Amino acid sequence: MTTTSDVLIPFDEVVEAYDPALGLEVHVELNTNTKMFCGCPTEFGAEPNAQVCPTCLGLPGAMPVVNGKAVEAAIRIGLALNCDIAEWCRFARKNYFYPDMPKNFQTSQYDEPICFDGWMDVDVDGETFRVEIERAHMEEDTGKSTHIGGATGRIHGASHSLVDYNRAGIPLIEIVTRPIVGAGEKAPLVARAYVAQLRDLIVALGVSDARMDQGSIRADVNLSLAPKGSGVLGTRTETKNVNSLRSVERAVRYEMSRHAGVLGGGGAVLQETRHWHEDTGVTTSGREKSDAEDYRYFPEPDLVPVAPSREWVEELRATLPENPTQKRARLQQEWGFSDLEMRDTVGAGALALVEETVAAGAAPQAARKWWLSELARRANDAGVELAEVGVTPAQVAEVQSLVDAKTINDKLARQVFDGLVAGEGTPAEIVEKRGLAVVSDDGALSTAVDNAIAANPDIAQKIRDGKVAAAGALIGAVMKEMRGQADAGRVRELVLEKLS
Amino acid sequence: MTAAEQAESLAAGETTSVELTQAHLDRIAAVDGTAESGVHAFLHVDAEGALEQAAASDARRAAGSPAHALDGVPIAVKDVLATSGLPTTCGSKILEGWVPPYDATVVRRLKEAGLPILGKTNMDEFAMGSSTEHSAYGPTRNPWDLGRIPGGSGGGSAAAVAAYEAPLAIGTDTGGSIRQPGAVTGTVGVKPTYGGVSRYGLVALANSLDQAGPVTRTVLDAALLHELIGGHDPLDSTSVDQPVPALVAAAREGASGDLTGLKVGVIAELSGDGWQPGVMTRFQESVDLLVKAGAEVVEVSCPTFVHALAAYYLILPAEASSNLAKFDAMRYGLRVVPEGDPSAEEVMKATRDAGFGDEVKRRIILGTYALSSGYYDAYYGQAQKVRTLISRDFAAAYEQVDVLVSPTAPTTAFELGEKLDDPLAMYLNDLATIPANLAGVPGISVPAGLADEDGLPVGVQVLAPALADDRCYRVGAALETILTDKWGGQLLEQAPALEGLSA
Repeated sequence: MTTTSDVLIPFDEVVEAYDPALGLEVHVELNTNTKMFCGCPTEFGAEPNAQVCPTCLGLPGAMPVVNGKAVEAAIRIGLALNCDIAEWCRFARKNYFYPDMPKNFQTSQYDEPICFDGWMDVDVDGETFRVEIERAHMEEDTGKSTHIGGATGRIHGASHSLVDYNRAGIPLIEIVTRPIVGAGEKAPLVARAYVAQLRDLIVALGVSDARMDQGSIRADVNLSLAPKGSGVLGTRTETKNVNSLRSVERAVRYEMSRHAGVLGGGGAVLQETRHWHEDTGVTTSGREKSDAEDYRYFPEPDLVPVAPSREWVEELRATLPENPTQKRARLQQEWGFSDLEMRDTVGAGALALVEETVAAGAAPQAARKWWLSELARRANDAGVELAEVGVTPAQVAEVQSLVDAKTINDKLARQVFDGLVAGEGTPAEIVEKRGLAVVSDDGALSTAVDNAIAANPDIAQKIRDGKVAAAGALIGAVMKEMRGQADAGRVRELVLEKLS
Repeated sequence: MTAAEQAESLAAGETTSVELTQAHLDRIAAVDGTAESGVHAFLHVDAEGALEQAAASDARRAAGSPAHALDGVPIAVKDVLATSGLPTTCGSKILEGWVPPYDATVVRRLKEAGLPILGKTNMDEFAMGSSTEHSAYGPTRNPWDLGRIPGGSGGGSAAAVAAYEAPLAIGTDTGGSIRQPGAVTGTVGVKPTYGGVSRYGLVALANSLDQAGPVTRTVLDAALLHELIGGHDPLDSTSVDQPVPALVAAAREGASGDLTGLKVGVIAELSGDGWQPGVMTRFQESVDLLVKAGAEVVEVSCPTFVHALAAYYLILPAEASSNLAKFDAMRYGLRVVPEGDPSAEEVMKATRDAGFGDEVKRRIILGTYALSSGYYDAYYGQAQKVRTLISRDFAAAYEQVDVLVSPTAPTTAFELGEKLDDPLAMYLNDLATIPANLAGVPGISVPAGLADEDGLPVGVQVLAPALADDRCYRVGAALETILTDKWGGQLLEQAPALEGLSA
């Protein structure tokens, strides 16, 4: 692992002396059934090179054809980001050598992106930053290399490399912001919030799996510092392929500290790409990048121009889902959640699940409680996403309705969830099969209370003496005997009745 | 026999596809020779595959269900089109031995129609050249005079048809590579409207200019083949999504020799000084015959055509430089590994050095330069503007006339080696053909007789507006009829015999 000898300046000192400017380039891998320019399938995790054809292998003579679904997805993303949609645009060839790129040029868009001049409002701690979107353009992904024989899996020291072209040609949308200035100390949070909101938007649009861990959303973080109040842009670095929200925030923070260290020592920041190291939380130098890097762009002659009709664009605009940020504000109001409750719900990735649970009839607070406590714990233990824990929102709502009806209590509900995960049927069936229903039959309870009083004469005496708080111990004993299936309220009433 | 006659003979049961195919294979064995002697039209002959396809064709015909009118008539295919199971080298060392896993759409259509594929024809490397001398596998020779060039880049396809090694062939025309070889070998060559025939599987030279088309001995044969390979292809987004015009009908109509009511424009910029006198004589004669056939002939001016060559030699190398970047020794074709422990870059460098010929390297460098930042606007951008102006010149001309005519090439076939060291002189050969590629309009070259000074074939080119390919066939067929009468038979019958060549 390469380490850096860069001097880091404490973050507080950085923001006192410098204005950061952020720029984010986010690549979104679309979830179309077929690739950008051919009919090959796009499933994640297939056998290497099982999803290839002459076109995505770049074989001599093969030609691309644009995937209309990818164009539609690009327009929907553009509209959701308040962009203008080009009436006419073209693909261009970006000529450069890359080992995973079979044609040695990438079919992308250059000076004619399909979406341009948009914006997104980003909320950070109640403050709103408007992030301007310069463009969102279509392009194709590259293949993927695996380096064999080296100690670290990197190309250095490897004896050979294997290339998997399954990913080559998968449609990408690259969303590029204009420089985001004025965020100051909040720059790391703005970067994180922007990517998070963008991800939510993509999820709402349904155009991508939006899994940062699988690379279906990848962020490149540009950062520069300028002396405070100078109003200029400094030299920027581009940290490539940052693959989690937390890392976006950390990478900005790290680069701010590193830039300040370089500048404070009288040095100059090198314009370069940098690699982010998740494990150590540092960036290291990649290749130097000059502005004059010559990609020899020219219009792709094998593809006819893309000219989305205005009618189609308006149709797509009319079917856009509610903006996730606005939707969140609406839901918070409807549900009466505090800011903290809402933030926790979103942070846990439970918003949609809670929404569906409420839609299935549960009270918002109850829905939130189950997803953020009991089910979050199970997801955490199993190492899966909340949505993959094995319980559906409809089931959660049914469990809660059983609690509301006092058929079961919260403690018994946990056993119902066990049954649901084990696939034992509906919540009602599980209650039935496992015999979980709360016993409120006075006969059975009365006997249990008598037994408890007989077994705990000291406690019984305390209660008779007026120490009502001691009743809890007797209730506990009764519950234990009834294996949790007693109506605790009724037990308490019986205890107090018998000892009054 | 023409291809149409062979088809009739097959239909009448007078011959079989196996017999026809074997006869052509025998002819190839007799005259094609090697890189050192003979016509050398073929780079790969697939006798076994062709005979298999021929047998299958005969079986279909015996069962009464031929796949197409040309089912069973053999054909040769330029080595720039991908053929599954058959090498495709583009005349380059860098693709030596590469066997594509797929068929070009044109090839697929030929196979589906039942035409046995005799083999792959020689060409200038990656279709760069006007003489087929830039093939890495040695030049093709002109059947009229084995000391002369057969035109380029499709010299192999034209020579194969001229030498009776194949009744039909497929060529590709980026700046004239079907029409110019047609002219200098006395064959018919057609460049369809851009997008009229699918480019899928055609190894790109310059994508915005390339167009596959027929090479034949008669206009009717070309029409039959063109209708077969033409039409929309969903795998090529630039392919025209319209039915192919009725080309065979147009050729039959034109064959009456009557052009009453037709308006013909002679392009002022494509004749005169610098053109071989024998070429101009034959051209003028053709124009006179058009008048006799009832056409009205006027001179039209296309002033920007003088810039066509310059624009072409910026656009072509620019696109080619990008297309050829994929030949990097990593996935297919040649790999040259230098001594020692070379890096990937060193392997790539050595492979490209050994694999690409001088002309290809020259154009890669030109194209890389023309696209580089700071020069793009001055070169590529300007060339694209010229292209627009040329299209406007065509549009203005077609407001006055139905078709345009010019000589196909400024000279008859020159001697092998004559212009090899003078690329600019070589480029001038495509002067008359290039404007049609820049504008995407169709053109046909028809044999117009022999030049007085050297007795070599001269071609006349007929150009029509985009999608009006049928006009080329109508006028081409009329000219063919009139000229055949005048010359007392098909021009190729006057070619010297090639019999007795040592194979």
